[in-house]
Amino acid sequence: MQNLKQQWFGNIRADILSGIVVALALIPEAIAFSIIAGVDPMIGLYTSFIIAVVIAFAGGRPGMISAATGAMALLMVPLVRDYGLDYLLAATILTGIIQVIFGICKIAKVMKFIPNAVMIGFVNALAILIFMAQLEHFIGISTMTYVFVGVTLILLYTLPRFIKVVPAPLIAIVLLTSIAIFSGVELKTVGDLGTITKSFPSFFIPNVPFNLETFQIIFPYSLSLAIVGLLETLLTSRIVDDMTGTESHKNQEARGQGIANFITGFFGGMAGCAMIGQSVINVKSGGRGRLSTLIAGIFLMFLIIVLGDLVVQIPMPVLVGIMIMVSIGTFDWSSFKYLVKAPRTDAIVMLATVGIVVYTHDLSKGVLAGVLLSAIFFVIKISTVTISKNENHYSIHGQLFFASIDGFVNYFKKADIQGENIQIDFSNSRIWDDSGVGAVLKVIDLVKEKGAHVELVEIDASSKKIMDKLNGVLSSH
Amino acid sequence: MYKHILLASDGSENAVRAAKEAVKMASYDKESIIDVVYVIDIEKSKTDVLHSTSSEAIELERRKKNSKVIQFLNEANANYKTTILRGKPGPEIVKYANNHRVDVVVIGSRGLNVLQEMVLGSVSHKVMKRVHCPALIVK
Repeated sequence: MQNLKQQWFGNIRADILSGIVVALALIPEAIAFSIIAGVDPMIGLYTSFIIAVVIAFAGGRPGMISAATGAMALLMVPLVRDYGLDYLLAATILTGIIQVIFGICKIAKVMKFIPNAVMIGFVNALAILIFMAQLEHFIGISTMTYVFVGVTLILLYTLPRFIKVVPAPLIAIVLLTSIAIFSGVELKTVGDLGTITKSFPSFFIPNVPFNLETFQIIFPYSLSLAIVGLLETLLTSRIVDDMTGTESHKNQEARGQGIANFITGFFGGMAGCAMIGQSVINVKSGGRGRLSTLIAGIFLMFLIIVLGDLVVQIPMPVLVGIMIMVSIGTFDWSSFKYLVKAPRTDAIVMLATVGIVVYTHDLSKGVLAGVLLSAIFFVIKISTVTISKNENHYSIHGQLFFASIDGFVNYFKKADIQGENIQIDFSNSRIWDDSGVGAVLKVIDLVKEKGAHVELVEIDASSKKIMDKLNGVLSSH
Repeated sequence: MYKHILLASDGSENAVRAAKEAVKMASYDKESIIDVVYVIDIEKSKTDVLHSTSSEAIELERRKKNSKVIQFLNEANANYKTTILRGKPGPEIVKYANNHRVDVVVIGSRGLNVLQEMVLGSVSHKVMKRVHCPALIVK
């Protein structure tokens, strides 16, 4: 792990350049995610500025980019629609508090229990939802809308082959916005969906009644936001760890996310988290240190102040094209191979996660269901006991505990035992609890009833320990 | 002769073929060392992380990928070391070769057809053009 000075100033030139690249790439996404959440584009831009700046200092993964994100925006849609912006700000502050608590409680350890089938489902569901959110902005509006979306996509995928320094989305925006303005085609613009104010965000306390009712409204949202935010953040930090070949402080990052959201809420921002796409862009552009994240935030604010008037003129189809590219980039395309090759239960968990998210529009529900489902599959898997028989030698394969003993006992109930002596071999089995010991004693009785004698062989040390302990209890009666 | 031989490896059969040539080159001089350079493509980081349970599992997977080449070098009793780099394979190999005074670069060619080469670009060709030392492209 590097020291703080290295984390800030170990890579100055490349960090400044990559920070600028990220700021340019952040603008369309911050606007688009605001539109998804149902708030002014300004909210997403302020959010991205504040979160990036705060996380540069408070985060645990240098070089990672956090800002307003699609995963979070999708969660807040019903809250904004039913209760308005002030409740969103209050929920954002509460999200921050929850995340700080999670961070202190070492949430990163718990997150390790989330299986990758769920994580793959998470990113795929996110990609599908971002794509679906774009449909209303280009389906059945006008022919020109389709043309602009199409041209934007062509530019986004061909330009990077020739121009590597400037991000393709920026070129597409500048080019197509000017074409739209000068040719006078009728297209919806960002300005039709909200206003851009060329000022710095200011401190204020959200205008909500401070009572239990408010808390009851915002708490479920804040909890979902806190979990989903940390999920995407910890996934992103693992990706940045891998790209850079370095390690990071996962729990410090969780606290940092909390601090960033807490502060954002007081400056009129919506809850955000780490962004996979932007962090990858940052690292690929050479960004490694905290400076890159800080520059991304500051340069973004600078761009809003300078270019605010132009931003409202961006045609919606261009933004839609960029978001389609974002969703294509978010989707895990190796999932199709995964569906064929992975164990069936993993494939089901992945599909269930995606299905539930797409149905409920709530990433946290999908993740929760995915985790529960894979836990059930895991229990079924480890509670399967098989018995192989070789003359009078019975081999037990599997774990003996409260959920797995039925099959074991029933086998000996039905077994046709011939001869005087049988051996039960535990070399591929382990006894875990009282139920396991009980089952073994029951089997001994069952076999005795059938007129045979049982010998237990190859019991490992820990199973023996638990058997002796419980046998002691039994014999003291 | 060539003392520091850089063998660019992606773990494929092409890399094994290149390794055979590198071993031949190294056989002229006892002090020759084959530097097996394996570049972790950071474009694939997201996929690798999503499809693994831990960073240890990713590392194991990558080691497996490069194992054919390493196995060949072991069997040939070659004097070698391994270097792991991160980034875009082509440019990283060039940067490393030029910064570490490598005497010769040995790289396998994927054998793409004209169309594939136009779309995907030939890594071996790019490397050959940009390194400051002789390069051997193994077909």
